[in-house]
Amino acid sequence: MISPLKLTGLTKRYGDTVVVDGLDLELKAGRCHGLLGPNGAGKTTTLRLALGLIAADAGTVVLLGQRLPERAEVARARVGVVPQMDNLDPDFTVRENLQIYGRYFGLSKREMIGRIPALLDFAGLAGKSEALITTLSGGMKRRLTLARALVNDPDLVILDEPTTGLDPQARHLIWQGLRRLMGQGKTLLLTTHFMEEAERLCDDISVIDQGRVIVQGSPRELIQTHIEPHVVEIYGDGLDEWQAGGRSIPGAPRPTTLPSPSGRGGEGDGQGSANHASSLSVGHCGRCERAGETLFCYTRSPEKVVAELAAHPGLRYLHRPANLEDVFLKLTGRDLRD
Amino acid sequence: MINLNWFPVWQRNFLVWKKLAMPSLLGNLADPMLYMLGLGYGLGGLLHQVNGVPYLHFLAAGTLCYSVMNSATFETLYSAFSRMHVQKTWEAILNTPLTLRDVLVGEWLWAASKSLLSGLAIILVIWTLGLYTNFAMTLALVPVIVLTGLCFSGLGLAVNAVSPNYDFFLYYFTLCITPQVLLGGVFYPPTALPPWLAVAADWLPLTHAVNLARPLLLGRWPEAVALHALVLLAYGFAGFLFGLRQTGRRLLR
Repeated sequence: MISPLKLTGLTKRYGDTVVVDGLDLELKAGRCHGLLGPNGAGKTTTLRLALGLIAADAGTVVLLGQRLPERAEVARARVGVVPQMDNLDPDFTVRENLQIYGRYFGLSKREMIGRIPALLDFAGLAGKSEALITTLSGGMKRRLTLARALVNDPDLVILDEPTTGLDPQARHLIWQGLRRLMGQGKTLLLTTHFMEEAERLCDDISVIDQGRVIVQGSPRELIQTHIEPHVVEIYGDGLDEWQAGGRSIPGAPRPTTLPSPSGRGGEGDGQGSANHASSLSVGHCGRCERAGETLFCYTRSPEKVVAELAAHPGLRYLHRPANLEDVFLKLTGRDLRD
Repeated sequence: MINLNWFPVWQRNFLVWKKLAMPSLLGNLADPMLYMLGLGYGLGGLLHQVNGVPYLHFLAAGTLCYSVMNSATFETLYSAFSRMHVQKTWEAILNTPLTLRDVLVGEWLWAASKSLLSGLAIILVIWTLGLYTNFAMTLALVPVIVLTGLCFSGLGLAVNAVSPNYDFFLYYFTLCITPQVLLGGVFYPPTALPPWLAVAADWLPLTHAVNLARPLLLGRWPEAVALHALVLLAYGFAGFLFGLRQTGRRLLR
């Protein structure tokens, strides 16, 4: 099956700033593809290029078999878009919003009247058809925006941060909706800052930084390939001393020297000194990273770290399996990007 | 313009307007009525005749053009700006098969349609008050209203495209709209102006609209119809094209 969206060597510059820098991406039909990246990584610009709203400085976009931007209007007829900010029409009711949006796709009132009940059902807004947009909650608006993206029964749905600003209940409802769409064989392309969301929903993930795809794979592959399987987060009184090498349990293996963490600064610890994991009693950690008052130990053998921590009652810790967020932070660093 | 892709955009605005049609139409009438009654009777009481006709008759054509200009301007400034900048309605539409050109043509024709309605409302008042000489000739005012609406809607879209916020519109009103109201022959014949100012007034689009409308109300066929019509269309198209280019730079970059 041909790829619903294929980006090749895509480049977009604004003055001297290269926002998208030779980006390659190929979606597989019927799957959910996540685009992750820090703020300013080029995600939204990539989506705008993919929709043919802006022209690339170099590279090609083929959307649903159509070459963009020349054939953008034809291609967009089969795409649904959920924008980052809700832009529902506040002058209309829920039903009218869907009906009017259908008009932009050339769908007649009659056709839309046929489609609206199913769309309202999908959005969980069946009882709200005559409600004004201003009376809807944030979650309802988001669901309506998703339903609106489906008025043309698209093959590809592009979602720019679909759950930002929603409470967990609302977020779960959106997730259910997206899963149902995948069940119907639609291809999804979504950007998100929630790694949990990406891990749950996406079959494939591309991590973007500085306008380029830096890694790509399924969530599981990324976690297996790019990070130690366990994380011990350590915090509390005495962390500095422990990290600096307070002699610990007798008989513990001699710590080996570790490479210092990537050198990207921890955010706002205000001391400027605590970012270097020393190599003494923390030697059981495969790799350590200090962020503010917390030390992250990425390790293959968490038992030893945990055992050692037992001798330090002042220290508290959380032992958990590594997740996509750990991969993301490792690959893109802990610096703020705003 | 060649295709009808703009129509859903026009229709969207029409459906919103329909919800508030009555207050909107009354609003369209209130302002010009006050001008006509206040100035017509107030000044008219002192002047009696201007260019050989009662002042209220003279004023009617000016008020008509001025109202059409206002209606087109307000729609493309405040209302279009809300849709573009605040509600992001245009961005929502751009994610569909429609293009920015479709959106702006729809907005342009919508604003012209709305100003046509407000012009028709004034014509109704003119008929009711009997402020015309030849009824058949008043029907020729309709194309004049359309041209005037297209002219000021196009110009409005140009201003809208470069406005950072609502406050910016005040410059346009102070520097472009008010001078036209005061110099464009709305309240007095342009011949009353010193020659250098009359020459300047000839460059204002509203002057050309008034030059078409006033003779029609006074029962005469206007002179240089083609020239006046061309000037109005030229301003409108230039405004529209500039607006399209600048809005593209603003939204699609």
